[in-house]
Amino acid sequence: MTSERDLSVDRLIDDPRTRIIVCCGSGGVGKTTTAAAIGLRAAERGRRTVVLTIDPARRLAQSMGLTELDNTPRPVKGAAGPDGPGELHAMMLDMKRTFDEVVIAHADPERAKAILENPFYQSLSAGFAGTQEYMAMEKLGQLRATGTWDLIVVDTPPSRSALDFLDAPSRLGSFLDGRIIRVLMAPAKVGGRGAMKFLNVGVGMVTGTLGKIFGSQLLTDLQTFVAAMDSMFGGFRERADRTYQLLKAEGTAFLVVAAPERDALREAAYFVDRLAADEMPLAGLVLNRVHGTGAPQLTAERAHAAAQSLEENGADHESEQAEADVLAAGLLRLHAERMEVMVRERRTRDRFVSVYPDVPIVEVPALAGDVHDLDGLRQIGRRLSGTDDD
Amino acid sequence: MAGTEEPGDARGGPDWEGVRLHVVSGKGGTGKTTVAAALALALAAEGRRTLLIEVEGRQGIAELFGISALPYEERKVAAVATGRFGPPSRARGTGSGTGEVFALAIDTEQALLEYLDMFYKLGRAGKALQKVGFVDFATTIAPGVRDVLLTGKACEAARRKGPDGRRAYDAVVMDAPPTGRLTRFLNVNSEVAGLARFGPIYSQAQAVMGVLKSPETAVHLVTLLEEMPVQETVDGFTELRAAGLPVGGVMVNMVRPPVLDAAAVAAAHGDHREEVALALVEAGLGGRSRTAATRRAAVEPLLDPLLDQAREHAERVTLEHEQRADLAELGLPSYELPLLSGGVDLGGLYRLAGELKAQGAA
Repeated sequence: MTSERDLSVDRLIDDPRTRIIVCCGSGGVGKTTTAAAIGLRAAERGRRTVVLTIDPARRLAQSMGLTELDNTPRPVKGAAGPDGPGELHAMMLDMKRTFDEVVIAHADPERAKAILENPFYQSLSAGFAGTQEYMAMEKLGQLRATGTWDLIVVDTPPSRSALDFLDAPSRLGSFLDGRIIRVLMAPAKVGGRGAMKFLNVGVGMVTGTLGKIFGSQLLTDLQTFVAAMDSMFGGFRERADRTYQLLKAEGTAFLVVAAPERDALREAAYFVDRLAADEMPLAGLVLNRVHGTGAPQLTAERAHAAAQSLEENGADHESEQAEADVLAAGLLRLHAERMEVMVRERRTRDRFVSVYPDVPIVEVPALAGDVHDLDGLRQIGRRLSGTDDD
Repeated sequence: MAGTEEPGDARGGPDWEGVRLHVVSGKGGTGKTTVAAALALALAAEGRRTLLIEVEGRQGIAELFGISALPYEERKVAAVATGRFGPPSRARGTGSGTGEVFALAIDTEQALLEYLDMFYKLGRAGKALQKVGFVDFATTIAPGVRDVLLTGKACEAARRKGPDGRRAYDAVVMDAPPTGRLTRFLNVNSEVAGLARFGPIYSQAQAVMGVLKSPETAVHLVTLLEEMPVQETVDGFTELRAAGLPVGGVMVNMVRPPVLDAAAVAAAHGDHREEVALALVEAGLGGRSRTAATRRAAVEPLLDPLLDQAREHAERVTLEHEQRADLAELGLPSYELPLLSGGVDLGGLYRLAGELKAQGAA
């Protein structure tokens, strides 16, 4: 391991130019915990920090004093001393409420009401697979715009589509310019069912077919929805564009979070490629749950052999020492297992490094259990910065 | 672990006899695709035919079976020789010949077009819809519609009959979205009900819901013996029950065998430190020096690390014990699959399938 390949989390959070840290990675690798631990550490090192979590596990949320999903940053009690300049706020994203707020901000009250009550809007705002990603970015933009915090740490949704927010501007764009929108709007706009020459498609044919499939009430709802949203789409796209630029700008750092397992690192590679393709600033890879040992000099092979000899000779002793032999054999088997895990993890990691030699990495030693409180998060923070001697 | 309260034990047959559609979900990172594939293999024993369905476009099945990306088409991916997972169960008796696993990666867009064509014979109008980008639009704007299509495809395959009047598949296994999105995904009826109270989409949702809520369906959740996945599993089953969906079994994945129990570790830390040191010397880890003191000194640096590792291990075993207790409270059949060192390859997949079969899941 060369030093320039090591990711220094402390250098990242101590640098006042770092304003946004985005943690991404596949589900189940400790992404939310990492985001929370980085936020806490930054706050305790003097930054005014807010952590935006998407869907935290209950205990993790409780460890930060988050008891409800209320879409507003709340101060985390017990984080950062009262004397220091740092403070920590945390919030859970409420995607529907965020979406509602965007609608209310962009439409006059009457139109907003029509949108909020429309069944298509309700389905879209609560369930669309991309809505969560998009709303996370919307919220990030809002938090940044307030200027209240000098560091924002963002967790991303736990899915392959976690980077879908990168597509939000273009997706919205193609949605807006989509022909279907124009077809659906056509009767409302021209007040008739004429053929749309530029599409060479009969509007009546399309809407008629849609009516056949959806039923006419559904089609009417859909048309009302599209008409109501149409006026807002421009604003949507503009905001999405702004957030996209914010992510690319200096001051933003992406951290890809993974565990030293084949599947997790394959996903990590996907994220690294995707960020590079969009020219997003990658700070490095956080490799969680890496195993270590205090006795690396004892190889798995020697440990197994020693355990075996103890197990075979166990019967020769009087009972007290025989018990200790069994115990020692168990300790050696455990150690051998640990060494095998380490070898496997090292191999998986090296494979990643050989493909991405320039990506800085920080390894976070595995904890025995889950994090329940701020002390647990502090410990992760120390491990992230390589200052934990436990 | 097959407990005594499981229905399968009482009947002497597999636990899910009569279930045609197995929905497999779990928290991210628990290996639900692997477990779904193993279940499809196990269910294909004794000359049966199963279909493994993937709905998230990740090509996880192809990855597992080591084949190139699956098209939107049912393809044979594995064969299961008779007796591969032990002697045929008496309850079935009829099984003979080679079992087959087919796989299908559902492409939402194609599924929608296929569905429209099947029900509406759209012809030119269908082309027009495609031309204006309707499919993209519909699946984006109305996620409930997309989910109806995905679950609808699985239900259709589970009920499909061949020309001879027999079922096309003995069982269908769906690798479903993660637990967090599962109930919404399966509860298509209420999702779509908000949009349509009558009409074709509504009828389709009703039909799908009828299959999903029937005894022919079982929803299994995959977990690890860790706090977060177990919590999510408990919450997931509660949600499924509240939604009236048929709960299946708990699939505990990546189980590691306990090497030492907490009592042994406590002993090692207490009075027996010296005896353990002597045992290590005896095992030859103190080197070949003639002096006992030198050999004893040589194992000293190993003692603390080994005991620390043992303490971590004991902590984990205790934690796993608590997690097992939480899962047991669900009162559902539960199966344990071992952690395969070095990841899951095809051989490992068959091994997991064998475990599921032996424990009565298939």
